[in-house]
This record gives sequence, structure tokens and C-alpha cells, in this order.
Amino acid sequence: MTDLRERLEKELTSRILVLDGAMGTMIQALKFEEADFRGDRFKDRINEIKGNNDILALTQPEAICNIHRQYLEAGSDIIETNSFNATSISQADYQMEDVIYDLNVACAKVARKAADEFTALTPNKPRFVAGVLGPTSRTASLSPDVNDPAFRNVSFDELVSSYKEATDGLIDGGSDIILIETIFDTLNAKAAIFAVQTVFEEKNIELPIMISGTITDASGRTLSGQTPEAFWYSVRHANPISVGFNCALGAKELRQHIASLSKVADTFVSAHPNAGLPNEMGEYDESPEEMATQLGEWAKSGLVNIIGGCCGTTPAHINAIANAVEGIPPRKVPGIEPHMRLSGLEAFKVI
Amino acid sequence: MENENTKRSRGIFINIGERTNVTGSAKFKRLILNGEFDEALEVAKQQVDAGAQIIDVNMDEAMLDSEKAMVKFLNLIASEPEISRVPIMVDSSKWSVIEAGLKCVQGKAIVNSISLKEGEEKFIEQAKLIKRYGAATVVMAFDEEGQADTLERKYEICERSYRILVDKVGFLPEDIIFDPNVFAVATGIEEHNNYGVDFIEATRKITSNLPHCHVSGGVSNVSFSFRGNNAVREAMHSVFLYHAIQAGMDMGIVNAGMMTVYSEIPEELRERVEDVILNRRDDATDRLLDIADKYKGVKGEEKKEDLEWRSGTVGERLSHALVKGITTFIEEDTEEARQKAEKPLQVIEGPLMDGMNIVGDLFGSGQMFLPQVVKSARVMKQAVAYLLPFIEEEKVEGENSSNGKILMATVKGDVHDIGKNIVGVVLQCNNYEVIDMGVMVPCEDILAKAKEEKVDMIGLSGLITPSLEEMCTVASEMQRLDMDLPLLIGGATTSKVHTAVKIAPNYKGPLVYVLDASRAVGVAGQLLGEQTRKKFTAEIAKEYHDMRVKYEGRNKSDNQISINEARENKFKIDWNGYTPDKPTFTGLKTFSEYDFSDLVETIDWTPFFRTWELAGTYPRILTDEVVGKSATELFNDAQVMLQKIIDEKWLRAKAVIGFWPANSVGDDVVLYEDENRTEILDTVHFLRQQMKKRSGKANMCLADFVAPKETGIQDYLGGFAVTAGIGIEEKLELFKGEHDDYNDILLKALADRFAESFAEHLHLRVRKEFWGYAPEETFNNEALIKEKYRGIRPAPGYPACPDHTEKEGLFTLLNARQNAGIELTDSMAMLPASSVSGYYFAHPESQYFGLGKISKDQVEDYANRKGMDLRLAERWLSPNLAYERR
Repeated sequence: MTDLRERLEKELTSRILVLDGAMGTMIQALKFEEADFRGDRFKDRINEIKGNNDILALTQPEAICNIHRQYLEAGSDIIETNSFNATSISQADYQMEDVIYDLNVACAKVARKAADEFTALTPNKPRFVAGVLGPTSRTASLSPDVNDPAFRNVSFDELVSSYKEATDGLIDGGSDIILIETIFDTLNAKAAIFAVQTVFEEKNIELPIMISGTITDASGRTLSGQTPEAFWYSVRHANPISVGFNCALGAKELRQHIASLSKVADTFVSAHPNAGLPNEMGEYDESPEEMATQLGEWAKSGLVNIIGGCCGTTPAHINAIANAVEGIPPRKVPGIEPHMRLSGLEAFKVI
Repeated sequence: MENENTKRSRGIFINIGERTNVTGSAKFKRLILNGEFDEALEVAKQQVDAGAQIIDVNMDEAMLDSEKAMVKFLNLIASEPEISRVPIMVDSSKWSVIEAGLKCVQGKAIVNSISLKEGEEKFIEQAKLIKRYGAATVVMAFDEEGQADTLERKYEICERSYRILVDKVGFLPEDIIFDPNVFAVATGIEEHNNYGVDFIEATRKITSNLPHCHVSGGVSNVSFSFRGNNAVREAMHSVFLYHAIQAGMDMGIVNAGMMTVYSEIPEELRERVEDVILNRRDDATDRLLDIADKYKGVKGEEKKEDLEWRSGTVGERLSHALVKGITTFIEEDTEEARQKAEKPLQVIEGPLMDGMNIVGDLFGSGQMFLPQVVKSARVMKQAVAYLLPFIEEEKVEGENSSNGKILMATVKGDVHDIGKNIVGVVLQCNNYEVIDMGVMVPCEDILAKAKEEKVDMIGLSGLITPSLEEMCTVASEMQRLDMDLPLLIGGATTSKVHTAVKIAPNYKGPLVYVLDASRAVGVAGQLLGEQTRKKFTAEIAKEYHDMRVKYEGRNKSDNQISINEARENKFKIDWNGYTPDKPTFTGLKTFSEYDFSDLVETIDWTPFFRTWELAGTYPRILTDEVVGKSATELFNDAQVMLQKIIDEKWLRAKAVIGFWPANSVGDDVVLYEDENRTEILDTVHFLRQQMKKRSGKANMCLADFVAPKETGIQDYLGGFAVTAGIGIEEKLELFKGEHDDYNDILLKALADRFAESFAEHLHLRVRKEFWGYAPEETFNNEALIKEKYRGIRPAPGYPACPDHTEKEGLFTLLNARQNAGIELTDSMAMLPASSVSGYYFAHPESQYFGLGKISKDQVEDYANRKGMDLRLAERWLSPNLAYERR
């Protein structure tokens, strides 16, 4: 399966690849009701499941497939599975821990189906499916109890087992890539990496891994306190095909952090920012043109290899972005000296 | 390849802190066994503060559940950003403990350690897991046969480990650190004699043949047989490290308190130690033993050398006196040098400057610290003072050969000059001529003097916030007068951002913010170098420009709320059922001659060391790996002076405190004449935070801690003014006459500490005795410094109430000029400088906070409440304004 990595690397050295945009916004527009969410499979569940978007891959697969198609139509090279919350830890809110494997298989399958349709139409532009592992609703290196800083409401081992189950399904459903994204807490991401590599070993395959952290605010650090460089050193052992940032910030605010990462990362760099910062109503209102202008500038400055959108972005945004970066040569991966690179919240290089 | 690799490793050394290691620190072990994790965390924090680049955590203790202790401690570290900024070394001989530790760290850590001890299969399994957890690792030179002791075995095992890790596991070679085992030498057993050489040569072979890997080791093992003789042990450690680092060792666990500088080991001792470490002769051990007792109990090498250095040439003696800061023989040595020289000036330009250059280099490279430099300067100044009459006699013509002429002053309205004096001394040590105009210098005088003396640059200093305004004034005056001299900005409240945003736009000439004394020399050098000046000023100008742009950008994102909204979100205290304690008196109480010996115990020493640019917390700083020695010497000198201050009554302390019936009215606190609460005595005005807060967090104002008038509750407010600096001028004059900057700065720093301690001590008495709301309170000094008690004593001009002008009202209420002998300057600085004043709040929920930025609506309201001109209010509050003033 390493030829997948080779294929992807070949594409990445020749052009900037385009990711897709937001899923939640698109699903909301469908105005599904409780019965739609339940479908046939969950009609007898006691608790409410409306709002559990991930479950739609099982109950409304065609609707999800259609959203994927819209993004592919807009120009996405890589589409993300609708599995952001499809881990047992996050699904516990809906008491859906019993269907995790099936759910991830279904998420990957609908995306696979859409991607294959488009690859068949344009074989010289192959489309890839990135199986998404989200951050979960808990953090392994922060205490939820201010009075007991040593307390944790989730352990590394719990995260590993939850991520393993999801990864298993994503691979079996046909993902080309595993994308660990929206990382607030690097220790969660390290558990995800540990799980993914363990599953690879068990299944005796190896898919490319994409890693994408989140800089939460103007401090320029992750929620768990790391600088972009420290974050990279903490996850570099995954030997990912790309590292980047997504969510929380708009393109304007995210640029400097992508720029720092772009300097130190000896792998491809990805970015999928939000459509600006939320306005007073909590909505993202940056227009496709505004966003595409900025991301086009990133491409020209040689900052990125993979580009897309997060919260608030639509197929129109992706289409504008795809047009903006088309024909611009991708960022060249820098070679780096073989020094020991450690990190706490900050990076430390032993020269 | 080989050469390159060896070169890469040579001379760079990373010291790994091991004070959070239960096997390495008895204190840490006790804290962990007693479950005192807060204290244990403090140990980690100290270590990082002192400059540790990596911290080693080890919980291998039979009485402990090591896994549990490791997890808890690492989780706690994760919640302390000041500690967790550095990488962790997870250290245990038990794999289960290592694994538990790796599951707690988000950063990239180092494992200490794994080895081939239990065979290849286990080794591979553990290495794979380490890789999957994303860590680097230490590998011991240990295999199925046992620990490697010879060069051949050490290298063979390391090479085998390397090949397995790199080829089979896919481990990055740069993530491998070999520990080829440091063993004790000079044990009396012949087979042990070559252990030092074996380690050093193995290190050389490893770093030459196994690309990119590192070598580490526990140095103190080597001297184990000389337990009880620290002088010899320290010498052994330095000699061993000296050679091992040359061979490529680049990391290690070293207790720097157990080290001496290689070049400073007495020659006889060094030679014999070297014989032992390098196994140069069969009788090496015996020969070291022969002289070992001579050094036993001798702390350091100085005492031994006392007479020895006197036998050198006069140049060597002057140089030694300067580097060591010894004034004892300076006049006779200077005289001798003068007689040998053609002209007295040559003594300064020759041996004295040579000595000071060494001092400058040692300070610049971090081998000497500020207190020592100031001592060296004292030696220099005394030598120069001795020579001056001879030089004038000869009437030497022409300019002197200094690097440049710098004018320094503390600006108008400010009386603080410790930092400025330190910068002056350091510049002088680097051969700059410094014209120090002292404190409270008006702008006109500074600029006139600058022209008259044709100086090369001007340095401004200030400590209180109004001085920032005064610096802007100086800058714009320089612009108006079309000057182009470089202007340097420094002092405790100044900052690079402030300099860039507020001061720099006033002046087109070069303008540079200088963080501390150690930066001053570099900045001055860059500005005066013909080649460097243009580039340097252009870079600074660009940097400041970028900062302004960034600052303005930040300013636009509006994080302020209106004052009305802020008031809605005041700090809510449930006054229902709260009865304030009534002070034992209302009105004033004065303390005219307070006994200094009562104030020693409550001294907070940490800021004292910070004054001298020594980083770390007292008392741990005294044993700190890097600055411990320097800090201890300084502390000893301070103790001697402290005793003199008390015994010989160098200083006098006075104070006044007062309590008044009070209630809050909005953001003001109204003080009443008496308990009838009908006649208003005075009104104290406070400001309220206006930044947008997360839900549940209040927009605080000090007035929130006093019962509002409408509650009808009888509350009180207190005030105080204390000084410990009366009589200081007389002593300072004396030191000045003796060219003794060291004692000058020392005395000022101690007087500051006494003033703070006095404030702390009186606050304690207020709580227990005078206001009496906490009669049972018992805290040790450490708890006091951490402010764990009930009630606060915020000072006007500081973060919770930054308006310095409120001091006027407070001083009038307290009649502080008469009762405590403290004056206020134009900028509201207190004179003597070693003074503290403020308010007392007693409510259990009262707390310190920073006001932050405030908007125009509040400033207008505030000016109105105070009956103050709006522009004037804006000027005084300028550091806190969230908007540009017109």
C-alpha cells in the first residue's frame, strides 16, 4: 500500500492539492429532522440523536455522498470523511458507542463512492479519500477541574483504544489517507498516532497520515500551549505526508502560523482555515472571493501544498480557492539537518 | 563524514537538571514521599528558571508507587507552563514507569533508559514503542553479559545498539543518546585505573563512527572514591568533563555545585587529577592521595592561592585583582605599575584595561555575573582614582582612548537609579566613559550637558510609570532641536513595545530599548561602530515599525466594554450577613523609629537577586547550578552590611498607618470623619477593569471590596506609608567618595528590601493587632511572600490602581510628609526611594488584579469624579489608555 504514498507524493510535488470545505454547514442546510437522523436503523433508540451529524453516513448515506460530490465538483482533490465525531468517546454523548466500527466504515464508503465516480470521469486528476479522526470531546493533558490540576477525564490508553476502533473502520471502508485533525491537545494526537500505527501493524498495511493542529487564539499556540514548531516536533515521529493547521482562525490570522510551520516542517504543509472569524452572530461570513484571494497569496508565497476550508466554507469557497491556486507551483519541502529536536511547550533543538 | 561529526559534537554541552530525581536529590525524595507535590513542583520550576534545558524526572524509590508518582507529577508539570515549556526526560529503571510517563507528555521527551540487558528482542520491542510514543532515548552500554567497562566492550555494545535501532527499528540516529557508563577511578583496584580513559575514548569512537548520535553520562560517579573531599572531587569532575567534552560528550547529568572551572584548579592538583583520570602513571592514585588532604575542607582554590597570586608580575597581579574583585593590594600594585610605566596614563591603557577586557569577556560569555563585575569595577575605579593626581600633574593633552562617551540620567520626577548605575558600571568596565547625571534630571539639563560634553549617546532610565511620559518628552525635544544622537531607553517599567509604540515616533534619530545591563554593551558597540551603526539602526527602526503595525492591528480588535457594562459586571460580594471587623482605632498611628532587627525575618530576598540580574528564587538560588556561587557571595556581603545597618544604625525606618470609617459609592470609596458617617473626610477614587471578560469573571475595581453605602454596613478602609531609607544619603556620599559602586548599589538594594519588608511586617501587625481581623494568623515567611493571608495592600501607581496622583490624597490623609518623612516628587515618586505606601482592604475576598486598558468613557467619568482636567488625567493614565489621546 506504500504506492499510495508514492502516488500522493507525485501529485503533491507537481501541484497544490485542494481539500474540501465544511460538512456541518452543508448538512444543516438539508434541515433533517429527528426521524431522518434515526432512519430505519435507529428508530427504536430511546435518546434523541438529532444533531449527531456523523450518524447520517449510516442513515442518510446518499445525502452525505451528495455533499461529497458537490465538493469534488468544485475541484477538491482530497475529500474528508464525515467522521469528525465518530469515536466512542465523542459518540458517548448519543449513546452510540456500539456502532463505531460500522459508522466509520460507512463514512469512508460514501466518500469512496463519490471519489471513485469523479476519478473515473477525470482519470488524470485522481481523487483521494481522507479518513478523519477528530480531537474527541476530551483532553489528555489538561485537567477539567481547576482545583485538581493532576486530574484527567480521559487517559492515553482510552484514547488509543477509541481511535483504534475508528481507524479500523476508516481503513476497511476504503480510505486512502488517515487525517488526524483539529488537534487542540497534542497528547490526544499522539494517542491517535499511536493507535493508527498499531492498526497499520495489525493489518500489515500503511496509509499516508495527514496531521493538522489548531491554533486556538491570538496567543499563537495550541489550546494545550504549544508553539507551532514544538507541535511539529511532537508529531513528527508519525512521519506524516503533511502537517498543517485548520479551524479556529480565518486565513488572515492563520497565515503567520502556517508560515512558521512551513519553515521547519520537512514534509508537505496543509492548511484549511475557517471562512474568517465568527461575526457577532457566531457565523462565518468571509466570501469565497475574499478567502480565495488570501489563500492564493499563500500559494504564491510558497507556503502550502494542500489547501482547503474549515468552518463556514462551502463548495463555492472551494471552487474559488481551487481556481486561485491552479497553476501555482507547490511549496518545496525543505531539507533539514539531522539534529535532535525535542519539545515541551516550546521547541528545543540539540545542535 | 567522521571529522564533521566529531566537530559537530565538540564543545557543546547540555546539562540535564536532576533535582527532580528521587535518587539524585534527598530533598525531592522527601517531598514526594510526604506527598508535598506543590513543593516538589517548585523544585522543578526553580530548575527551569535557573536555565535547565531539559528536566529529568525519576521516581524510582522502593517506598513509592513509582508509576503513580510519575503520572501525577508529570500531569502536574503539564499544568505549569513555566515548567512544561522545556522537554522532559522520563527516567526509570522500570519499563512500566517509563511507559506510564510517556503517556503523560504532549511534547517530545527523552527516555532514560533502555539497553540490551534483557536481550535483543526486548530491546527492539521497547525501542519500537518509544518511537511510536514519539520520544528520543538514552541507551546504556549494557548487554546480556553485563555493563560494559572497557573501551572495546563499550563501543561494541553501542555500535550493536545503534545498528539495531537505525536499521531494524528505523529509529532516527539523532534521537539516540549513548551512556557508556562512568565508573569510579582511583579506587585502589588496579583494574579500575583505566575507567576514565575507557569512557573518554569510547566517547570519541562513538561520535566518530556512529553519525549524528549523542553521548551522555553521570559525571559524579568518577570521583566516588574521594567522598568527603569535595575539593578533590570537584577537580576530578572538571578534568573528566574537560576531556570527555573534547571527545564529543554533549549531554550529561552534572551537579554544577560540584564543579570548578578547569583553568582555576591549582596546578599541582590539576596535574595529579589529570594523571588519575587519564591514567598517565602507575602511582597516580597514590600521588593524588598524598596531596588530597591538603585540599580537604578548603572551599574553592582561592585561599590556597592567596599568596601565590602575589608572586606574579605586576600586570598579572592587577589583572587577578580585577577579575577577582580584590581591592586589598590595589594601591601598592598601581603604584608599582606607575613607576614602571613611562606615563601614568599607560597604566590605565595597559594592564588595567587588559584586566577589564578579561572581565568584559567573562561577563559577556556568561562566566561572570553582575555582582562580580561591579566588584571588579570598584577595583578599577580605585586604581584610576589613585592615578588621577599623577595624570593631572603631567597634564596629558588630547582625548582619552575610550570607546565612547555616554550620558546617563534618571528622568525628571523619578528617583530610582539602581538599574541605571548598574548599566553605568558595566559600560565603564567595557571602556566607555560614562557621565552620570544622577536622578530627577530635567530634560533641558540632560540635553545641555549632552551638547557641552559632546557625548556619543544618551541613556534614559526610570522606574515609575510617569517616567515613560517624561522619556517621550525628552525624545520630542531632541527632535525639535534637530539632534541625531542615539537615545537609549531602560528601566523597570519600560519595554520594547512601549519604546516602539510611544517613544520612537517622537524622534527620528536612533532610539533603542535596552533590556538590561548585559545588553547595554552590545547596543553601545553597535551604535558606535562605523560599519555597524547604519545597519543596526535600520534593523531596529524596522523592528519597531513592525511592532507598531502589529500593535495598532491588535488595538483595533475591540476587546473593551463600556464602563456601564463593566459596572454591571462588578465583583459581587454577598454583603448579607457580613459584619466587617472594626479596627482597634480610627485615625492615625505613627511609628517613628522602627527597629530594623524586627524586619529581617520578613525580607523577601528573591527580588534582591533580581536587582543584580541573577535569576532564581531564594533560597534555592544559593545552590543554583549556574549562579549559585555568585549569589552566595553576594548574599554573604549583604548579610555583613545588613548587620552593620542594624548595629550602626545606618538607616532609620518610619511609618504611619490609618483607618477610617468608609463605604463605597460607585467606584469611589468615601471616608468619613467619624462613626456617625455623616461628614465626609475624603474620597478615594478607583478605576474599573474594562476588558471583555469570560462569563463568570468580574470587571474588578478596588471599591468592590468595601461595603456599598446603601447596604448600611459599617465598613472601613486603611492606609499606610512606610520608609526605610532615612539617612541613606550620608552613607551613599561616603561610598561615592570611595568609588565604591558595589556598596552603593548593595545599600540601595537592601534599603528597598527593608522598606518592602517593613510594609509586609506592618501589614501583618495590622491584620493581627491594629485592625485585628486575623488575630490567630500564623504563616511562615514563604507563605507571606506568596500572599496567602486575608486582605490586600495595593499601592497607588501599581496594577490595581495605577493612578499615581491618588498618592497625594493618601499622603494628606496620613500626613505622611511629617509622620513618615516621605516627600513626593513631580512625578509622584516617593523620596527616600526606599518607601512604600498604599491602602488596606480587609474583606476576605479582596484580591490583587491588574487594571488593564480603560476606555475614554471611564477616563472622562474619572476625571469628572476627581475634578481633574481630562487631558491631565489622560497623561497620568497614559499606560492604561485603550485609545490614542488627542
